Amino acid sequence: MSELIKVGMADYKVGRNPCSLISYGLGSCIGIALYDTVTKIGGLAHIMLPDSTQARSAENPAKFANTALPLMLDEMVKLGAVKSRITAKIAGGAQMFTFANATDVMRVGERNAEAVRMLLKKMDIKMLADDTGGNYGRTVELHLDTGIYRVRTIAKGEKEL
Amino acid sequence: MNEVEILSDEILNLSILQLDALREIGNVGAGNSATALSQIINRKIDMTVPKIAIMPLGEVPDVVGGPDAMVAGVYLRVFGPAPSSILFLLPRDSAFYLVDMLMGREQGHTTSLNSMDESALMEIGNILAGAYLNALSHFTSLTLLPSIPALAMDMAGAILSVILIQLGQMGDHALVIETEFTTESDGVKGHFFLIPDPGSLNTILAAIGVKE
Repeated sequence: MSELIKVGMADYKVGRNPCSLISYGLGSCIGIALYDTVTKIGGLAHIMLPDSTQARSAENPAKFANTALPLMLDEMVKLGAVKSRITAKIAGGAQMFTFANATDVMRVGERNAEAVRMLLKKMDIKMLADDTGGNYGRTVELHLDTGIYRVRTIAKGEKEL
Repeated sequence: MNEVEILSDEILNLSILQLDALREIGNVGAGNSATALSQIINRKIDMTVPKIAIMPLGEVPDVVGGPDAMVAGVYLRVFGPAPSSILFLLPRDSAFYLVDMLMGREQGHTTSLNSMDESALMEIGNILAGAYLNALSHFTSLTLLPSIPALAMDMAGAILSVILIQLGQMGDHALVIETEFTTESDGVKGHFFLIPDPGSLNTILAAIGVKE
């Protein structure tokens, strides 16, 4: 069994094979997995909000997609990953509760997913898989031996991205 | 039963007087909700003196058993001069226990929720929210009305993300006022969260006369 590194809400972790990065119970948050297949270095960010410039408080950069992703990428490169080889897989962005007239507050998952896609494009990171939306929670695990991103749910089974 | 309340989070600057006022609102609100629940399930409920804690947002799921614990969540919006959200969380076993009790079934009968069970849980959420808001309205003289409830059964982290993201727009910490409820015989546990929208905490503090 390789080491299992936990990534909390509004946090990110990087690592090198052999180990796995896991984040439990994502709802409207997004789990962004970055991976370099050659060096088997990877990172997992559990972001809560799309954009630090729209928030009142930006103390914790790991909370926002636009600040977490560059930091995580830098750390991977420091470990020896090569930026041009790094690819991304994302999961999460659910809407946990459904109301007839969903306000912006409720659609945050959708907005998170859209912002992350645009950000990856802007940073020129290729997105290989996208498992976002729905109305259910996800636990995500990035296996650094293979780059497989495993998504577990309670009612919708398990998938490998 | 644990009753937990997260109240926004421009919190790090609150005075002792303001924290005391919020604790007292939490206490009376929780008391009202406990009485309502006690009447519904026809069991005596004991309550502890509320504890107050300020914690990083990422640690809040640990209060309810960790981010991957299975829970039922009832979510309501609060309308009025201090718009807020209310979330009522029950561990899966407590939710099953409650619906068995409400539906007059043998304990241990329920292993998944049908639509009647879901309605029953939403109604419980509705009644607890109403009882809580009554206390808050009484203290503040603000008219606060709950929306219809929505229900989800899933991982605690996923359900809590809905309110933690709202808090995350304002800061990195949550004020948690926690009251433990215990039924006399059996372990029904629950957590109750009130999350004022940005600005609403100030409205509440001003209304009870403890705004700086």
